[in-house]
Amino acid sequence: MSDHPIGLTIRGGVKVYPGTRALKGVDFDLRMGAVNVLVGENGAGKSTLMKVIAGVESLTEGRVEMGSQPVHFRNKSDAVAHGIGIVFQELNLFPNLSVAENIFIGREPVRGGVDIDTAHQYKAAAALMARLEQDIDPDTPLGHLRVGQQQIVEIAKALAQDARILILDEPTSALSAAEVQVLFRVIRDLTAQGVGIVYISHRLDELIHIGDYITVLRDGVITGARSMEGVDIPWIVRAMIGEGSKEFPRTEPPNFGDEVFRAESVTLPRAGGGNTVDHVSLSVRKGEIVGLYGLMGAGRTEFLECIMAQHPHSRGQFFVDGKPLTEPDVASRIGRGIALIPEDRKRDGLVQIMSIRENITLSALGRFTRLFHLNLRGEAATALDFVKRLTIKIASPENPVSSLSGGNQQKVVIGKALMTGPKILLMDEPSRGIDIGAKAEVFRTMRKLAADGLGILFVTSDLDEVRALSDRILVMANGRITGEFPGDADAAAIIGAASPSTQRSQAA
Amino acid sequence: MTATSPATNALLLLLRLRTFVALFLVLAFFSVMAPNFLTTANAVIVSKHVALNAFLAIGMTFVIITGGIDLSVGSIVGLCAMVAGWLVLNGVDTGMGYTIWFNTYEIVGLVMLVGVGVGLINGILITRLNVAPFIATLGTLYIARGAALLSSGGRTFPNLNGTEEMGTASFPFIGTGTILGLPFMVWLLIAVAVGAHYISRRTPLGRHIYAVGGNERGAALSGVKVNRIKLFVYMFSGFCAALVGLIIASQLQASHPATGETFELNAIAAAVLGGTSMSGGRGRITGTIVGAFVIGILSDGLIMMGVSSFWQTVIKGIVIIVAVVIDQAQSRLQARVALAQEAAAAR
Repeated sequence: MSDHPIGLTIRGGVKVYPGTRALKGVDFDLRMGAVNVLVGENGAGKSTLMKVIAGVESLTEGRVEMGSQPVHFRNKSDAVAHGIGIVFQELNLFPNLSVAENIFIGREPVRGGVDIDTAHQYKAAAALMARLEQDIDPDTPLGHLRVGQQQIVEIAKALAQDARILILDEPTSALSAAEVQVLFRVIRDLTAQGVGIVYISHRLDELIHIGDYITVLRDGVITGARSMEGVDIPWIVRAMIGEGSKEFPRTEPPNFGDEVFRAESVTLPRAGGGNTVDHVSLSVRKGEIVGLYGLMGAGRTEFLECIMAQHPHSRGQFFVDGKPLTEPDVASRIGRGIALIPEDRKRDGLVQIMSIRENITLSALGRFTRLFHLNLRGEAATALDFVKRLTIKIASPENPVSSLSGGNQQKVVIGKALMTGPKILLMDEPSRGIDIGAKAEVFRTMRKLAADGLGILFVTSDLDEVRALSDRILVMANGRITGEFPGDADAAAIIGAASPSTQRSQAA
Repeated sequence: MTATSPATNALLLLLRLRTFVALFLVLAFFSVMAPNFLTTANAVIVSKHVALNAFLAIGMTFVIITGGIDLSVGSIVGLCAMVAGWLVLNGVDTGMGYTIWFNTYEIVGLVMLVGVGVGLINGILITRLNVAPFIATLGTLYIARGAALLSSGGRTFPNLNGTEEMGTASFPFIGTGTILGLPFMVWLLIAVAVGAHYISRRTPLGRHIYAVGGNERGAALSGVKVNRIKLFVYMFSGFCAALVGLIIASQLQASHPATGETFELNAIAAAVLGGTSMSGGRGRITGTIVGAFVIGILSDGLIMMGVSSFWQTVIKGIVIIVAVVIDQAQSRLQARVALAQEAAAAR
């Protein structure tokens, strides 16, 4: 296996974002004609490393070399000029344009520098589709394709650029088993031609199957790098999460009350067949923290959205304090004691241009209203009280919430949820995008709230986090609950349950 | 505590009060340049001109804050003027050999219903049928204008002075009457403006209007009933337009189906001049009123100076663009100051 030449190296790579060090001195070798697997938990620095290679981000310190020449990519097209292609996890496609137009976006073949050579574009796109064994007419509007097919188009786009190095970030997350096999054949084909592949995935069995070399990242540090020979899942898990775990110790003894929330057979059909959320049943008791662990796309967020009445087509029942939750709109569900802290603060959690005060009271204005008159003084006092209780560090509650750091913004969202006097708190990735210090404070707050009798259901894809915080762990994969564990369960067992291999979902 | 220099703070204050500064400048300018400008009589005339635009601009401000637009207000003005004229002149023929006549109060009520009704249609198109506000209100712009033209076959309803026996003798009062020396319509404007300002600053409804415009998805997930809020703002805009239609019909004691053409653009101009952001989430009723005054005083003052009305149009355009450019500068500076303060506090 050592006959694979090194095509790109990173030495001492450091990347600093405001508030966090995403990469802490990374040495990475990318071997040509092989599949270089990159694995690590969310936030371990995989995506940052790939963005550096693809020219989207540049290193704060350290150097990138290709063929022993130092290179510096100022932007993505710089990297493309060096033969580097990347398929991002999020699709960067245009649903309103055709498949062929998507593949050639930004580098359309033109005739005489004037108009697009549509015939050539069509032919080239058709050839790519044939190579990927897809029966897709290049004139089809992209928006008409299934997500899996769209992902194939994204891959075709990278192939069309004749990349020598191809980065695939979770390329299979939306693919069917048959499509995965096709992709693997294409990958083998490419490596035989000497292309260096970087392959990022959470599906460990898949990695072992396709990978030639493996690199494991944890908290911005490489904790394992070797040839894939002899690597098994336990080795990967050990390298991913380490021996010692980050601790957020419980200060008060658990004191669970009666069941406060229950979901029964909640199902959300997916457009084009199958279920995004597939007969999920669970319950949460007073004072209990239940961690819902799963990979991206497992249906966790959608499940929380079902509880918050965001999917009118969903089926199944919810109960609060044993009484069915039949209210059809968000406002009355909040009234029943449900509060959601969404995953995407910017998009769902906050009104960025409104002030901190206005955001924190937005869900609970009724508290300060008599008839229709809003008691501004009472509102300001309560807002300030919550700011103190949650130790949100601010200069003035009248400043726009957009001026706060991620951690403080998250606390504002939590404050907004708490002000409604909830019985059950739904938290979607509560630690996403906030630094370690703020994370610890958010977790302490969660513990305290649970001790005060609140039921908490939180979604995460961070293994440490779910094990450190949860009284009980539920694992979700492919829209179903695939495992239930006590809070101190073995990490490998949890990862195993979350790994959405096709056999398991058929057996379940 | 504050990480900003006094100069920055002073500049920010000046920028924040820019519509007032602009108002002061145009007032000062015309007081010097047009000798008869600063007289009580002229002030009353100007305020009557301004009032018509200000009503529409207040309704428009709420709509724009939610991130929408209401192009139909000018046509609603025309339609409502025609409905008022019809009711005064013809009553309602029941088709059973007799005609129902309405007194002034009933006519006012019916005309308001028409205006609010068109607003309700706008709101339903936008919330239930997911038509973009621009398109929905463009459609009702044509429909309402067409209906106004159809009502009289394109002719004017003349002599709307009303009669004692029908109880409509008080109809002209709406647009021409005065109370305590101030025109009745100006009192009306004060009432609507105070009410709208109160709604925007001191009620959950007002807060929700801003939240919908700032982040519709976030507002919905926070329990704001987004559709209801949108219905309200379009209905309120229709309400304001109906008032203007009534006032014009009463003032002229005649109603013409072309009444109110391009009024929507003046209303948008006043709102924008007053600091309302077309992308939603930002704007104040006080700003809008001052904006309406700046535009009104500008037109009337230039007329008194004998400047060609063609130049007035050009100047109005320049003023609007300059206002928005200053607005952008203020937002950027304000965001920078807040960021600096919060960064200092987080440390």
